Amino acid sequence: MGELTRRYGLTLAWGMVGLTAFWLVILVALPYLLMFEFSLRPYLTVDKIGGPEDIYTLKNYVTLFSNTIHFGVFLRTIVASAFVTALCLVVCYPMAFFLAKIVNPKDAATLFLLLLIPFWVNEILRSFAWFIILSYQGPLNAALVGIGLIERPIRWLTGGNGVIVGLVYTYLLFMLLPIYNSVQSLDSNQIEAAEDLGAPLWRTHWRVVIPHAKPGIASGCVMVFMLSAGSIIVPSLLGSPGTRWFTEIIQQWFFEGQDWNQGSAYAFLLLILCTGFVMLMMRLLNVRLTDIAK
Amino acid sequence: MIDNPLGRVLIRVYVVIFFAYLFVPLVIMGGAALNDTKFPSVYPWVGLTGRWFVDLWNDGRMWTSTRNTVLVALAVVAISLPVGTAAAMVINSLRGRSRSFLYGVMVAPILTPGIVIGISTLLFWNKLDVPAGLHLSTLGQCSFIIAYVMLLVLARLQSFDPGLEEAALDLGASNLQVMRRIVLPYLYPAIGAAGVIAFFQSVENYNITLFTRGTADTLTVYVGSKIRTGITPTMNALALILILLTVMGAVAYEISRRRAERQARQETAEREALELIAQRTGELTA
Repeated sequence: MGELTRRYGLTLAWGMVGLTAFWLVILVALPYLLMFEFSLRPYLTVDKIGGPEDIYTLKNYVTLFSNTIHFGVFLRTIVASAFVTALCLVVCYPMAFFLAKIVNPKDAATLFLLLLIPFWVNEILRSFAWFIILSYQGPLNAALVGIGLIERPIRWLTGGNGVIVGLVYTYLLFMLLPIYNSVQSLDSNQIEAAEDLGAPLWRTHWRVVIPHAKPGIASGCVMVFMLSAGSIIVPSLLGSPGTRWFTEIIQQWFFEGQDWNQGSAYAFLLLILCTGFVMLMMRLLNVRLTDIAK
Repeated sequence: MIDNPLGRVLIRVYVVIFFAYLFVPLVIMGGAALNDTKFPSVYPWVGLTGRWFVDLWNDGRMWTSTRNTVLVALAVVAISLPVGTAAAMVINSLRGRSRSFLYGVMVAPILTPGIVIGISTLLFWNKLDVPAGLHLSTLGQCSFIIAYVMLLVLARLQSFDPGLEEAALDLGASNLQVMRRIVLPYLYPAIGAAGVIAFFQSVENYNITLFTRGTADTLTVYVGSKIRTGITPTMNALALILILLTVMGAVAYEISRRRAERQARQETAEREALELIAQRTGELTA
């Protein structure tokens, strides 16, 4: 506050602090806290609110662990999101390296523009594209039958495969961009030095490029995991009744069950899950939060 | 950097597959907009038609939701730019522990799933007896979009020379003048970029809007409900229009970028030539 007043004067400094407080308190902190408070209360009809049953309880959290179906969905969402994250990393790392270090910078700018095109088109429409491709009588089955690779069409959208494919396609760029940024800041001489000293390709990457790209990798993984685990539209479009997503259950509590307290508890667990993943990545890759969110 | 020919071929194959993976779905989705079948698909190809575009044009709900989307996005830009800029200045004046703590709080909304932001916003304002609606969607979206604005502005603010502020103050400028004439103009490029990103983040948003919108539609919510319940190729028509707009934007950007580059090259060449002439003249007269 001292430096702020010194640089900008009292009025402006207070204005800035006021605006920042409006954001962090009114738009972020209080809503989160209220959601947490909501999740600790039982769902009651209007006449019972304030009565003897209106007490704080962990009942809403216990529901998840006692309901085997919901808990199964929760676990599957975690595993599938982690899988999507790993898949994005494997697919994007070579591309990020190619754009940052192999192709000449002028072409890289053009390629980048091309890469961005699918991502300016809406997220929902991106998953819709895969819905068309993977549908039973869709072009993928037609093509595979046509070239004789399979004999009869495959139902791609039963089971969780459709969701995985859709999530990878939808959130790919959130992995590519941060890794590209961090690889780009690596001095190319270091790579050449490693090669001149006889390091094979994989070791150059393992010992030189990847350690340097860690903040970008952490950032990409955190974003893709969070977006996948929190995705609503992709699982509901490309999933099947047998493979529901955790967000679908939260939605169910809110819109069908009208049990906002229970829904809040589930939403809060999702928040804890994503926060836990951020901390896991920070520990695994030994990076700080300032490196992840840049 | 890659010397062996096999490696080069492999890289090329990988890059081609990568780009095909990105674009083939778009081509199929766009192509289905022109096919005369009730269920959107490119196979079997029945015949070329423009009827899905006519249907889309006559879809009143689509127009209302588009208008809503633009209004919300403009409101989000109007709120998030000043707040995000102020937040960047606040955090830039802090050091040490308080800085890292506040930084953590500020980036938290980016790392939070949209569904959580949507629900918490809905509950909070519901408690204050504010009904759900597009105003809540605006506030909910702002909570994480401000963080993006803050990060972009902060990046530029860090390369700002505070000596300029002091010089202006020493010369008798008021604090407000320093802000308006020195600091903000320096930040304008970052604020401009942040405005574009804020606008499109808002247009793209689905999860927060879904929970806070009340009964109003935005374009993403409308598209989402359409493709979940009554799939028709009009959505493909919409997608094709969006794809074409994006491609046109990209081409225009690329052309202007290349032109600027050529101009810069030309100017450097001219300057070098002039310097050479000046140098030679100097040598001759000496």
